[in-house]
Amino acid sequence: MSRPAAVAAALLVLASVPLWVGNSYYVNIASQILIYAVFALALNVLVGYAGLVSLGHAGLFGIGSYALAWLLADGWGHLPAALAALLLILGASAVFAVLSLRATGIGFLMITLALGQILWGLAYRWISLTGGDNGINVNSRPAPFGVALDGATPFYYFTLILFLAAVGSMAVFVASPFGASLKGTRDQPRRMTALGYNVWLIRFLAFLFSGFWSGVAGLLFCYYNEFVSPNVLALGSSAEVLLMVISGGTGTLLGPIAGAALVVIMKNVASAYIERWNLVLGAIFVAIVIFMPEGLVPGSVRLWRWLWTGMRRAPARGGAR
Amino acid sequence: MAFTLDRRAFLAGAAAAALPCAPAIAAAPPVRIGLMTVKTGPLAQGGIQMEQGFTLFLKHRNSTLAGREVELIVADTGGNPAGAKTKAQELIERDKVDFIVGPLAAFELLAITNYVEQHKVPMLSLAAADDMTQRKPNAFFVRASATSSQCTHPLGDYAAKEMKLKRVATISEDFAFGYEQIGGFQQVFEDSGGRIVMKLWPPLNTADFTPFISQFAGIDGVMNGFAGSNPIKFNQQYAELGAKAKWPILGGWTAYDDALLKSFGDDAVGAISAAWYSSEIDTPSNKRFVADILKEYGNIPGGYAAGLYINGMCIEAALKKTGGKTEDRQALIAALRAVSLTDTPRGPFHFDHLGNVVGTVFIRRLERKNGKLVNTIIKTYPNVSQFWTYDEKEYLAKPVYSRDYPPLKS
Amino acid sequence: MSQWLLLGVNSVSLGGLLFLLSAGFSLIFGLMRIPNLTHGSFFMLGAYFGVTLLQLGWNFWLAALVAAVGIAAVGGVIERLLLRRLAGQELAQVLVTLGLSFMIADLCLMVWGGDPIPFDAPPGLRGALPIASIVFPTYRLVVVVIAVVIAAALWLLLERTRLGAMIRAGVDDEAMARVTGIRVSRIFTIVFCLGAAVAGFAGVIGGPILSVYPGLDGDMLPLALIVVILGGTGSLLGALLGSLIIGFLYNYGQVLFPELAYIILFLPMLLILLFRPQGLFGRHVP
Repeated sequence: MSRPAAVAAALLVLASVPLWVGNSYYVNIASQILIYAVFALALNVLVGYAGLVSLGHAGLFGIGSYALAWLLADGWGHLPAALAALLLILGASAVFAVLSLRATGIGFLMITLALGQILWGLAYRWISLTGGDNGINVNSRPAPFGVALDGATPFYYFTLILFLAAVGSMAVFVASPFGASLKGTRDQPRRMTALGYNVWLIRFLAFLFSGFWSGVAGLLFCYYNEFVSPNVLALGSSAEVLLMVISGGTGTLLGPIAGAALVVIMKNVASAYIERWNLVLGAIFVAIVIFMPEGLVPGSVRLWRWLWTGMRRAPARGGAR
Repeated sequence: MAFTLDRRAFLAGAAAAALPCAPAIAAAPPVRIGLMTVKTGPLAQGGIQMEQGFTLFLKHRNSTLAGREVELIVADTGGNPAGAKTKAQELIERDKVDFIVGPLAAFELLAITNYVEQHKVPMLSLAAADDMTQRKPNAFFVRASATSSQCTHPLGDYAAKEMKLKRVATISEDFAFGYEQIGGFQQVFEDSGGRIVMKLWPPLNTADFTPFISQFAGIDGVMNGFAGSNPIKFNQQYAELGAKAKWPILGGWTAYDDALLKSFGDDAVGAISAAWYSSEIDTPSNKRFVADILKEYGNIPGGYAAGLYINGMCIEAALKKTGGKTEDRQALIAALRAVSLTDTPRGPFHFDHLGNVVGTVFIRRLERKNGKLVNTIIKTYPNVSQFWTYDEKEYLAKPVYSRDYPPLKS
Repeated sequence: MSQWLLLGVNSVSLGGLLFLLSAGFSLIFGLMRIPNLTHGSFFMLGAYFGVTLLQLGWNFWLAALVAAVGIAAVGGVIERLLLRRLAGQELAQVLVTLGLSFMIADLCLMVWGGDPIPFDAPPGLRGALPIASIVFPTYRLVVVVIAVVIAAALWLLLERTRLGAMIRAGVDDEAMARVTGIRVSRIFTIVFCLGAAVAGFAGVIGGPILSVYPGLDGDMLPLALIVVILGGTGSLLGALLGSLIIGFLYNYGQVLFPELAYIILFLPMLLILLFRPQGLFGRHVP
């Protein structure tokens, strides 16, 4: 199948989800997968293309959720609240980036972890602003262009549009000269500096890009749940999205999407049938590392090619005899 | 290995067929009850007991309530708000349940309350968030256990009037359940002449309580509101540091729940606690309940198991009133809120107009009897409402109990 | 006055426990560059092994040692079967160690149930000792002694034995070490088992203070990370000093700055990382 044909087929499948999954519950699960896919794609910009592993991205995701919930509760309209929340996310991402880009490798990971934990502490403790562990309820979803998003299906299409925008912007980003230079800073930071690139600035801009889409995912999550609580910023949430990226395959476009689908389905669907679903999820991660250490998507591609070439060779040999 | 399929349908074909009106009922689909609990992660302790209590109830009833077969669907929320929301959607939209029992934690309940109310599904939860039946009521909610402050109100009364305490320090986890328990205690204790001189709020995952215990001074008692595994750590450290010898310790129901007794050592002996359920209640129905939980699961039941058993009894009573019908949700919730039972493990109770229980609160002293730890009942407060003895309107005009309300008097 | 003395003594005691918790993590991370996120699970599993042996009537110290051996065996299996293939692939290491920690947590829930299980301190150490104007639990003082003994033993092992010399050689220059006939792969297995054993041992030693319950792993792992990052990776001295600093910060911070309770550990960690990304006592820039 050619590439455009594959993309068209994927779009057709995604667009028709509400028609064939049968129940609004599954439509909601599909929305959740897309939201987490946006989040994982955003983190992948740093983990996959910049070689910077963040364990504090739930902080950015959470700032998006909280800012939106808070502004809505304060009486703002949906559009101004969402725009203001996105601005705030860009600001917060800039602060995150300035602080954490003082280091790379494990130092970067630890600084982002500390930042995430501090935000979590604030969400928990700054009760007058965040409602503490009781969280904030959001009472309505927006109605862009007069289309109310209250039902599962309209909300799915709304999420799908933003998801496609995220995938599109990632694809453009990866193929762009900027994306290439970002990969350069991952593989050869010294050479890039010697070539006259401003490595810090490239990483900073990548961080903003990543933070922005994390925040978009946070906004979607807030609207999806119509509720936000400190749990969204917890270390566990940062680790979860990192696991999605790694298990799916870092540095690929499809990997984080596959990882998001895996974790969301295990957590929400399989858990209804498998009592010890945590054990099974852990075992799946271990199995991925054993059989496809590069991640689900690149690993499957490798296995497929191997099988494909094996199949093609076998009959050829038979014919020769 | 326990890869059991969780979609357990408690089908009791024989029992249903034996009923006099069997033909009509055989045609009706089963009543579907969704149990939202926590079976993985740190909150699983209470969640597992919840499932035990409800499973035992259905077993006692042969999975048939008011002549209708019951199908139970168990959902593990993982103990987080987003998980609770997804599971609520699964139960309501996919499985089309008639009742939701659970969830466990207040933050899970608050994440789903609007959603469940919109879909008009009656919900029975142990989660204690005061405002669920006070300032932000949900018309489809009933709570047969207690609000966070419902048991600590009488405990404040007891501490001031019977224990004659004057100056008390409080300590509890830094979250709403803690604030509301401590706030209720403070309100009544200070209205009865006592004084709260210090309020400490350790973070949820505090490993060592020494820095907090070291601050106690100039007091004659300590009130705690811990839950989960923290009571074990706290009481051990409270005793080790010599604080227990100086100041008597009081606590809410989760701090000294009967199911926790097997985990306590002598460190907790002497603790005074207030609870809406006690395994020591000397009635035939409670004795049967305790004996059967002990037989089936090998542990003494506490509030989590008892609460779910009682929720089952409420559903049964409501179904009897509607003749087993569940389609008219308004009638169903009305029947549920009108439930008034006398012979339950916790004794007699009914619901107020907001759906919260009015029932007995027990004051207990933790003792070692015949080598076993027990919570001996030393006083009972019958017919305790969530508003204690206060006027409902005046009570609701005040803010909900929080970290800063009521404030410390300087 | 005595309150501050109590806090001071407790800071040292908590520091001792934190050192026991984090020494193994520091060892594995410093020598093998593996961010072992199952470390909290090793601690919890050790505590569960220990309490099971205690319930069978075993002596406390024997139970602690056997639990340590048991966790070393678990660690050895994990290193031989999984981590071995992933040298240098940090992301795959994160995935597999987190996956294992999910599995261990769920298995513990299956085997030991959800209820917290209390630990008794060894008989004879259960009371309290008077120190100046305060009384302090004897057992917590013993924890300090144990921490010092373990620190000294690890230091001697690394700096004064043939095995230690081989470990250091393997770490500094793996290829050169191989040339000189050192079996580096076996050395790495030994280091991983040793780190796991110390974590399991720490779980039992910490039992009488923390008890053991589902979620203990998640409570402990961030503490180990903070200590090691603050002190500097791969430095035993750094882990020791980092533990003490955290002990003091935690005890005095909770009392002096109750409003900052949630960030009292992470804020100083952040500040230090901003100015010394390699930690206070770390040698290499990571």
